[in-house]
Amino acid sequence: MTDVLMPALMPTENIFPLFVEAMFTKNFLLIMFLGLCSYVGLTTNSDTSKGMSMAVTFVMTMSAILTWPIYYYLLSPASFLGKDLTFLKTICFILVIAAFVQLVEFIIRKFSPPLYRSLGIYLPLISTNCAVLGVVLLNVQEGYTYGASIMYAFGAGLGYSWVMLATAAVREKLIMRGVNLFNGFIGAFFAAMMVALIVVSYFSVVKL
Amino acid sequence: MSLDMALMLPAIAVLGALGLAMAGMLVWASKAFYVPTDPLVDALIELMPGANCGACGYPGCADCAEHIVAGDVTPDVCTSCDAETFELIGELLGIDISAAEPTYPVILCQGGTNCKDRYDYIGADTCRAAILLAGTKKACSYGCIGLGDCVRACMFDAIEIADNGLPRIKKYNCKGCGACVTACPQQVLTIAKEHGPVYVVCASHDKGKYVKEVCEFGCIGCGICKKNCPEGAIKLDKALAVIDQEKCTQCGTCIDVCPRNAIVKL
Repeated sequence: MTDVLMPALMPTENIFPLFVEAMFTKNFLLIMFLGLCSYVGLTTNSDTSKGMSMAVTFVMTMSAILTWPIYYYLLSPASFLGKDLTFLKTICFILVIAAFVQLVEFIIRKFSPPLYRSLGIYLPLISTNCAVLGVVLLNVQEGYTYGASIMYAFGAGLGYSWVMLATAAVREKLIMRGVNLFNGFIGAFFAAMMVALIVVSYFSVVKL
Repeated sequence: MSLDMALMLPAIAVLGALGLAMAGMLVWASKAFYVPTDPLVDALIELMPGANCGACGYPGCADCAEHIVAGDVTPDVCTSCDAETFELIGELLGIDISAAEPTYPVILCQGGTNCKDRYDYIGADTCRAAILLAGTKKACSYGCIGLGDCVRACMFDAIEIADNGLPRIKKYNCKGCGACVTACPQQVLTIAKEHGPVYVVCASHDKGKYVKEVCEFGCIGCGICKKNCPEGAIKLDKALAVIDQEKCTQCGTCIDVCPRNAIVKL
């Protein structure tokens, strides 16, 4: 196991490059191909993709905040138990994220019905979204510090959001215009390919 | 992989503790943040049309049901329920409801194919997009464009673009919610009572000569109807006859005298 030592809580180096990496050069949708089901399903309409983007960004950031301590204070060999329980990370993260999403749903349903109607229906959808799980697993795999992992998750959420909104804008207008190529799954992947081409070629020229 | 008791026990303990903690937290949260729902509201939502058309003034059927049960409004704010549904709702709430008189949209334009085109329009098939391009493709800038924003706005499949290039209301399906009226960028749709009054079915304020040139049926503002109306209910507003519905007795004189057949009784 590589994660024997516990990383520091606060990052010592500049974490801005990490943020940009999560948002653009290692974009979760376009480069890593995580979270594609929601991408294909919800980008036909900019309203739903807006709600989904907000929910994903929120859940990603909060899961990074929650799972890092659980991993390093409970599962890793550096914890007080002194046992290498890192093989439990996937199931533990799913458990924690799902429970947390459920809790948030209860809370906003109680205190903000308008927010519940606009955001609440998306929350159960993403409780174990692969992009959300991907972020937290990458955080511990790369051994990021606590601050860096939160920043990375927030950047990943924003990266997910801008791709969702950009694709929804394109698809919505093409569907309205009646370009049948962009209806359904084939169209979604075709649109994704074009946006991904732009991102990949742009960041292969412009080095961050 | 051989069984490693030294790892298995802590693994079970950690996962079990984590699971119990999360379950306990959720049990507490579901009690602490419990939102009481009225079973009557749920039953009412089941009965409502569920189209969320918004004709009642609330964002959706669920909201409307809550306000009905709370007593803020009577169920007849819903224009989409039919008589049978009203009876069921009345039974549920223990009150007597008479269904509101059905209303239908009226198209205040007889243009369509009767109105000349200024150019061939090749673009997005929506009225809202077409209107941005140098007015509209129709020679009459007030009339119906006929690209069907109203059709797409309708949740009940009650409106279609007929062969004459104008929307046609399928009265059997129409619930009178007014979604098409809101969607029409030219504002040539309006809601009227079924056995309603007399209408000038033209929206053009263009001068009579121009209207005559481009459209077969448009109001040219000649004023014959105004002169012949026994009640004095018709006024001219910038070359368009306007009927004062309060004064109108629906005698039909104007319909007979209009040289352009631009007045109808519905």
